[in-house]
Amino acid sequence: MPSSSPFLRQPASVQLVMLKVLAALLPGIAIYINFFGWAVVVQIAIASVTALLAEALMLTIRKKPVRPFLADGSALVTAWLVALTVPPIAPWWLTMLAVLIAIVIAKHLYGGLGQNPFNPAMVAFCSMIVAYPQLMSQWPAVGFTDFAAQIQAIFGQRHLDAIVMATPLDALRTALHTPEARATVSGVLGSHATFGNIGGKGWEWIALGYLIGGLWLIQQRVITWHVPAAFLGTLCLASLLANLANPDQYAGPVFHMLTGGAMLGAFFIATDPVSGSTTPRGKLIFAAGLALLTWIIRVFGAYPDGIAFATLLMNICVPLIDMHTQPAVFGHKGKAGKEPQR
Amino acid sequence: MAIGSVLLGGALGYASVKFRVEGDPLVEKIDAILPQTQCGQCGFPGCKPYAEAIAKGEADINCCPPGGEEGIRKLADLLGREFKPLSGEHGIEKPKSTAVIDENVCIGCTLCIQACPVDAIVGAAKQMHTVIASQCTGCELCLAPCPVNCIAMVPIPETIDNWKWKYPVFAVRKAA
Amino acid sequence: MNVRELFKFTGGVKPASHKAESNQAAIAVAPLSPVLTVPLRQNAGLASRPLVQAGDKVLKGQIIAGPGGSISVAIHAPTSGTVRGIETHPIPHPSGLLSPCVVIEADGEDRWIEHSAVDPYSLPVDELRMRLRDAGVVGLGGAAFPSFVKTQHSPTQDIETLILNGAECEPFITCDDLLMRTKPDEILDGAAILAHIAGAKRIVVGIEDNKPEAVSAMSTAAAKRSGLPIEVIAVPTRYPAGGEKQLIRVLTGIEIPFGKLGPDYGVQCFNVGTACATARALLSGEPMISRLVTVTGNVERPGNFEVRIGTPISDLLKLAEPKADTDRTLMGGPMMGFALPTLDAPLVKATNCILAGSKAMFPPPGPEMPCIRCGSCARACPMDLQPFEMFWFSRAKILGKAQEYHLFDCIECGCCTYVCPSRIPLVDYFRFAKSEIRAREKENEAADAARLRYEFRLEREEREKQEKAAKLAAKAAETKAKLAAAGDADEKKALIAAAMARTQEPKAEEKPSAE
Repeated sequence: MPSSSPFLRQPASVQLVMLKVLAALLPGIAIYINFFGWAVVVQIAIASVTALLAEALMLTIRKKPVRPFLADGSALVTAWLVALTVPPIAPWWLTMLAVLIAIVIAKHLYGGLGQNPFNPAMVAFCSMIVAYPQLMSQWPAVGFTDFAAQIQAIFGQRHLDAIVMATPLDALRTALHTPEARATVSGVLGSHATFGNIGGKGWEWIALGYLIGGLWLIQQRVITWHVPAAFLGTLCLASLLANLANPDQYAGPVFHMLTGGAMLGAFFIATDPVSGSTTPRGKLIFAAGLALLTWIIRVFGAYPDGIAFATLLMNICVPLIDMHTQPAVFGHKGKAGKEPQR
Repeated sequence: MAIGSVLLGGALGYASVKFRVEGDPLVEKIDAILPQTQCGQCGFPGCKPYAEAIAKGEADINCCPPGGEEGIRKLADLLGREFKPLSGEHGIEKPKSTAVIDENVCIGCTLCIQACPVDAIVGAAKQMHTVIASQCTGCELCLAPCPVNCIAMVPIPETIDNWKWKYPVFAVRKAA
Repeated sequence: MNVRELFKFTGGVKPASHKAESNQAAIAVAPLSPVLTVPLRQNAGLASRPLVQAGDKVLKGQIIAGPGGSISVAIHAPTSGTVRGIETHPIPHPSGLLSPCVVIEADGEDRWIEHSAVDPYSLPVDELRMRLRDAGVVGLGGAAFPSFVKTQHSPTQDIETLILNGAECEPFITCDDLLMRTKPDEILDGAAILAHIAGAKRIVVGIEDNKPEAVSAMSTAAAKRSGLPIEVIAVPTRYPAGGEKQLIRVLTGIEIPFGKLGPDYGVQCFNVGTACATARALLSGEPMISRLVTVTGNVERPGNFEVRIGTPISDLLKLAEPKADTDRTLMGGPMMGFALPTLDAPLVKATNCILAGSKAMFPPPGPEMPCIRCGSCARACPMDLQPFEMFWFSRAKILGKAQEYHLFDCIECGCCTYVCPSRIPLVDYFRFAKSEIRAREKENEAADAARLRYEFRLEREEREKQEKAAKLAAKAAETKAKLAAAGDADEKKALIAAAMARTQEPKAEEKPSAE
């Protein structure tokens, strides 16, 4: 029984926060299933089971109470994000390995819940893409929803060369980076089978699903508007300026916003409170830097999507950003009587 | 290269003259951590001499019982040395106390007045003495000289004025 | 009610108000307890100095303790009777420690000492201040700060606006609400006097808009009055709108930073109960010997009671009939109050509410989890602090860093703990860190004083040594000169003998007589 105030508590818990994040992922996942089949659900299941087992094991080794920490749902959020960022037809062991890296190394070796300086899901993604670049860029063609074949790809030996396709971002970059092809953005986007009219066939709809979930999280006050707004705004601005300068070489903002992990990153990855910035101004700087790095890596780098590396790079900067963006406290906002600048 | 070294040497020499620090800042910093009990348990005649000895490297940092573990930690932090437990030969950490003279027994010999390093005992020859509690550092130096053993160390009691909020206990361990 | 631009403070929370339980019944007068225990420490600042002894007969309203310093007020006998003594007794304090109290055995006659009203507008303001001090008037909002001190201001400060705090933002508490409904004229009389003393030109009353009856009663009373302009403002209900700094911000837009006071910005804030007590002290001559207290929570008959200071809290609680599953009693509200370690403690001037609680009412929070830096606490903080950063350093006992994050700006309102999804008792960590820092500052001051005294002693010893040496040297020179002057041998010998005798003398004197 606590003997000191406050005696009233809002019915809030880490568990509730994490459950809301999971719920917000559902619309995106539903559309994902529609375009890429049920394989993603298998991946989510593999990732979830691995994450819970790894979490329980690490908690036991670290002599922490298992039940409250296992129930907090943070491991599940990490697992789902890993499952949604690896290709749906990635072999089972790859997903498991990714989740193990996320939970064991990126989370628990740094001190567990609330202590990890890097986003665990992104650490896992980066490790995997460095270790298995081939497997990490094999996506099924949009509309290929043959569940039996997908299961075989996940659990069997068979390579699915026939159904594998590069992601729109990958395809665009490969084409643009091959000088002899003399490709232009509009040419690639227009001709390639993977591309829909906006962000790549199917991808723009998944992105919209994440957007809806993300807006709901803002409405629920799980996240604030700062990170998504700064992320999407900066990504939009960077791609717009480049596109205006040379429309043949640089894709426009709509493509960048609706393809790859932009929406997932804006609402679910960059908003991770543990590894991200915490002050309002810091969040803006953190997300803007993240978006800029993402765009640079996407356009000039060698990896399919830049969000994971950009996240880790910005995670490093968080203490510095936070230190220099401490908001003014009551009575110190310049002239007394002014509305606080928030 | 040679010109550069001469220039830099000159600059350093100038800086050492221009920005000379008065006194010994390290000794001051060490002295600021020491509890100023002036008890001499460390083997030096007071806190300042002990601070000087630490600064010169002649004394270890774990010889001050009134400063306790926390004091040793602060010294270790300041000097970049390893923490070590209080050395037993200099005494043990005790709760903060003040000296109290039993006024019925005191014979007014003034020996304790001469022993007190901070002049916290008032009285005159053949007159009863008393300790100014607020200025007593609890050094115990007055105990030994008293010929009639009328001085006792009394721990400072907890009152509403000096009561402190306790460190919150970690509930998660209990829940497990 | 005037239309007026209101300002917002950031943060705050909206817990269920629970005001309806206790604001229905009319104010009841608590019966006289046979023994009243009046603590000497009742106001913020220094404790009062007792002026009575065991066996003294006292009358109701008689001064039994005088101010113990510049920030201290007088204390009065709450009824007539005999002083049993000055005893150490539990007082309402989270520590549960004992403190000296004047214990009075009531004679049941409840006979007043002679007292009379004054015309406050015919007396000099300094005289009025002293009268407030001698009537024991302190802030009744909970902090019990001596009111006469708050009306003082330096010549450079100019108190423009007097703010009356009737916000009463804490859940469960309704004593200010009931007071405003029943005694609006007396409150405004007192406010006018306080404004007169402070030199204020207008009065603004801030009341949370969940108390429409109080707002209308005060508005009606204000409309009838002439003199200073009085505005009665309904402010949005949001805890802690009744925090002094928050209310000043909402009503005037002025933010008072840490270390500054209202008068620095031309405002001063008093609780409505304090204004009422001021009126009573000057217009009826009755000192502060009772106050209005809400007794509510897990009880059968919640309500407000006019209670004598010194009444055992157990007696008061009985009047409201606590339910069987009551497992704790709080003084103050659920957000900022504390659990009373014992019900033996008496009611003091700072007691605005006695709240009975049970496990069902205040369910124990779930297990404390690690901070996930979600920032809920920072969004809820009405002082715009970063509680999770302060928590991080307080928990690690890196107190200097906690202070850099403005630990002492924290008003301990409890909003951060209220919203924390990890159920971290943030305020507990801040209270710990604050009291630890204060204790260390005191220790450092004592150490600095000891260092100075020690250095002074060394200097004195050195000086005495030198003086003695100089004296001896002077004597030797004198003797030498005499020797040179003296011709014959006998005279020389006599001088040497005399000098030797003299050198022996001081040594003998120095030796103390240890017998």
